[in-house]
Amino acid sequence: MATDAKPASDDPQLLARLRAGEEQAYEELVRRYGGRLLAVARRFLPVEEDARDAVQDAFLAAFRSIDRFEGHSLLSTWLHRIVVNASLMRLRTRRRKPEQSIEDLLPGYLEDGHLERPASPWRTDELDPAERNELRALVLERIHSLPDGHRNVILLRDIEGLDTEETAEVLGISAGAVKTRLHRARQALRELLEPHLREATSE
Amino acid sequence: MKCRDFVEFLMEYLDGTLADAERQVFEGHIGDCPPCGNYLESYRQTVRLGRQLCEADEQVPPEVPEELVSAILAARHAR
Repeated sequence: MATDAKPASDDPQLLARLRAGEEQAYEELVRRYGGRLLAVARRFLPVEEDARDAVQDAFLAAFRSIDRFEGHSLLSTWLHRIVVNASLMRLRTRRRKPEQSIEDLLPGYLEDGHLERPASPWRTDELDPAERNELRALVLERIHSLPDGHRNVILLRDIEGLDTEETAEVLGISAGAVKTRLHRARQALRELLEPHLREATSE
Repeated sequence: MKCRDFVEFLMEYLDGTLADAERQVFEGHIGDCPPCGNYLESYRQTVRLGRQLCEADEQVPPEVPEELVSAILAARHAR
């Protein structure tokens, strides 16, 4: 547990101390939010070193722009956005394996418009806690096997909870493109998870 | 309605942005086509599984490693 994390109600005071340039306040900010920011960065960057680098980038960016934080949002929301951006920047510099086309991961249809492979019921409700942990790791791994543009949209919309407009702004694409990619990314992820989650009786 | 159309409009259905008439056709198809019902449910599960990635971390945020704290504070002074 992050026992040294104080409640966020103290954030306005911390902010005032940061703006006054109080040395100790910087360390407090890092201790209060470092763990949460690291959790976010790890969802974007599977290699631990990259995740930590992104957190460092994020805090340095936050220190630089603390005077411009206007307090319209919570400090935690502001920092979340900064670490998301820092993680995306790092992600762009990573060399990736040649990626699979999204088309290959979408469901196929017969000539009459029916699904080529009829979908089966899933057994996610029956999983025990250990299986749930394994599943979380699997879901993240499969998200990272999606093509970049689709992976980024599903990470921002479904995992980090940004809305369509915010996602469009962060990625520099239209809201329409966010929606199209999100739907395709979810279909592809569903396809990738199906072999692990379909009920055994339908094998 | 064909299964292909069903899948195409799935997200709008779940977002609640389909017009009433379209929604009725859509829901009629679920009754007629069990595989599409399964597809809908597993698509929903996929979205839910994504959201749960975040929730688990929020319930128990990781500790920030000491060496990361030191590195960040050192980098601030190095600027």
